[in-house]
Amino acid sequence: MNLDVRYPIGLLFSVVGVMMAVFGLLSDPAIYQRSLGVNVNLWWGLVLLVFGLLMLFLAWRGGQSPDKKP
Amino acid sequence: MQTILLGPIDYGILVVYFAFVLGIGWALKRYMKTSSDFFLSGRSIPAWVCGLAFLSANLGAQEVIGMAACGAKYGIMTSHFYWVGAIPAMVFVGIFMMPFYYGSKARSVPEYLKLRFDEKTRAFNAISFAVMTVFSSGISMHVLARLLEQILGFEYNMCIWVSATIVLVYIFLGGLTSAIYNEVLQFFMIVLGFFPLVMIGLKQAGGWGSLVKTLSTVATDPGNPAGRALSSGAWTESWQHIANPMANPMGVEWFGMVMGLGFVLSFGYWCTDFLVVQRAMAANSMSAARRTPLIAAVPKMIFPLLVILPGMVAIALHYNFDQTKFRIPCDPKALAEKAALDQLHWVGMDAKQFTEAQKKQLAETRQDIQTKIETRKMDDALKAMVAKWEAEIGKNDKQHLDYNMVIPALLQYYLPSGLLGLCLTALMASFMSGMAGNVTAFNTVWTYDIYQSYIRPGQPDRHYLHMGHIITVVGIVISVACAYVAKGFNNIMDMLQLVFGFVNAPLFATFLLGMFWRRATGHGAFWGLVAGTVAAALHHGLTLPAGAAVGIKGGWLIGEAAKACHVYPVDMAQNFWAAIYAWTSCFVVTIGVSLLTPQNKSAEDLRGLVYSLTPKQTEAGVPWFKQPAALGVVVMLAAIVLNIIFW
Repeated sequence: MNLDVRYPIGLLFSVVGVMMAVFGLLSDPAIYQRSLGVNVNLWWGLVLLVFGLLMLFLAWRGGQSPDKKP
Repeated sequence: MQTILLGPIDYGILVVYFAFVLGIGWALKRYMKTSSDFFLSGRSIPAWVCGLAFLSANLGAQEVIGMAACGAKYGIMTSHFYWVGAIPAMVFVGIFMMPFYYGSKARSVPEYLKLRFDEKTRAFNAISFAVMTVFSSGISMHVLARLLEQILGFEYNMCIWVSATIVLVYIFLGGLTSAIYNEVLQFFMIVLGFFPLVMIGLKQAGGWGSLVKTLSTVATDPGNPAGRALSSGAWTESWQHIANPMANPMGVEWFGMVMGLGFVLSFGYWCTDFLVVQRAMAANSMSAARRTPLIAAVPKMIFPLLVILPGMVAIALHYNFDQTKFRIPCDPKALAEKAALDQLHWVGMDAKQFTEAQKKQLAETRQDIQTKIETRKMDDALKAMVAKWEAEIGKNDKQHLDYNMVIPALLQYYLPSGLLGLCLTALMASFMSGMAGNVTAFNTVWTYDIYQSYIRPGQPDRHYLHMGHIITVVGIVISVACAYVAKGFNNIMDMLQLVFGFVNAPLFATFLLGMFWRRATGHGAFWGLVAGTVAAALHHGLTLPAGAAVGIKGGWLIGEAAKACHVYPVDMAQNFWAAIYAWTSCFVVTIGVSLLTPQNKSAEDLRGLVYSLTPKQTEAGVPWFKQPAALGVVVMLAAIVLNIIFW
């Protein structure tokens, strides 16, 4: 198969990570009382974004390897 | 439990996830040119992708919800389902069995049975497996819809049809590859979705040391989930209390655990179930196929952290209700029973003295209250009464808590909008990966082992690709029908699962003898399977778990509970021993019948199918971490270390 599964994984988690981080920045801090006062949306959104970008990089690098080139 | 309210961000995450799931199916559609592409992914998938799919296909309804429930009820002993009941079998299938599955060019597990034994053994396995997978898919669908109805207030029918449509579309378009790619996506979604919940829960519990202290209170409380006071480490030590079934919360002893779960049931599932083996058979080389289960074993070992620990945290928080205000919801049936007795002013009366008319009145009142609780249509007086009994059961009767609601209760308690959407998406992903796994295994077995073998052999490949598309739709429709049967007739589904258990228990003995004893014959294999199935049914009909009535729980051959040949402390122990009897019967009968019947397969026929006649795999020049044997040793050592740490 020619579709590297890391592309959709990377793209999905980058999009969801950005959504959560932006929501974390804009939301009322009061909603984080139940999660021990930590803005989990902002921090976990950034973790997802980094993971997504890493996956995209690995997929891109995999596509550049000699055995993948025509 | 109150309905969880979702915000726009939560719906946004759900929509984005489902768009990607469907997008993967659409992107793979153009690669589906032959039946091999559709059913076997053209044997082109890299090992790490197959490994995560191998694990994810097993992440069905049972895993996230069920294992968290067990974590609360049994504590760290639940890890036996992983470190004893999965890892050794995954190492065994990777090192010893994949060379036969992959090297024989069989397209399915039943087809291997045909090549190694004969047509009737294949038919027995193919038909029982095909029926079982669509029922399992339907049950998964039903459990998901019930859960979403309970915790989000979603409409049952909508949940069924939306989940069925999504799974149908992505499998119809992209076949097994689409299922595998989505299973990898679902794996990361589950890990990244649940990890924050575990961390927050553990932090509030005060860390591992503090959690152990609280769980020692749970263990020594006579009103704990096990219903008896145990020694203080019973919830945090996995092996110390297993000599005596009454000394541990699970109610099982070491031999039943090691042989029943660790050998018969776990090897029977991981080594012979086409649902998981199919993922390894899609790998792009023999080496990748052998490494698939070994790669899957690494995250499988760590999964107790994600699925069992939340359950342990939940029971600890529940015990500290005065500080935490967290409570595991009550079992609606037990709650309705208490409220009905209260409403009828019969609290404290001896239920054994009730007349038939009183029993009938109580049952009707209980059913009425249970319906009102589940549909949240209670007036203020009933609400107050239910709240009173909820507090009473929560404090003094922890055997009647609804442990399947542990994860939803934790989600509601801890997570704000945003992370809540991510976690709920992960929960739905776990259910859908189980459903998709069943459907892809079903459509392959139907097309290759039933349709091509018995109904329309000798057709061009395009015909079977077309049949694959048709049977995918049919499989989903049957699954939906099964979901509605499960909703309306719970007992029918319980009985079917029981029968499937009888059929599955002896399977590993057949494969073990088939792969490692060249003298095993087709007649031996077939009658061994029949004998094992009958032995499991007989064992069930003659024994009972303690306190159970004759019927679905067993004892149906002896008519009354007092005459049971053996009473097990819990039904889990009964299941483990049923598996031991079934496996042993199959093993003995297969050997006996094989010795009495001629071997019709020549050495040439058996090449690649039997250990002694198959060239050994050499991995010269391959780095050690890519060699299956070395990987297997590392994985087994890690599992042993984990068992020692939590001994």
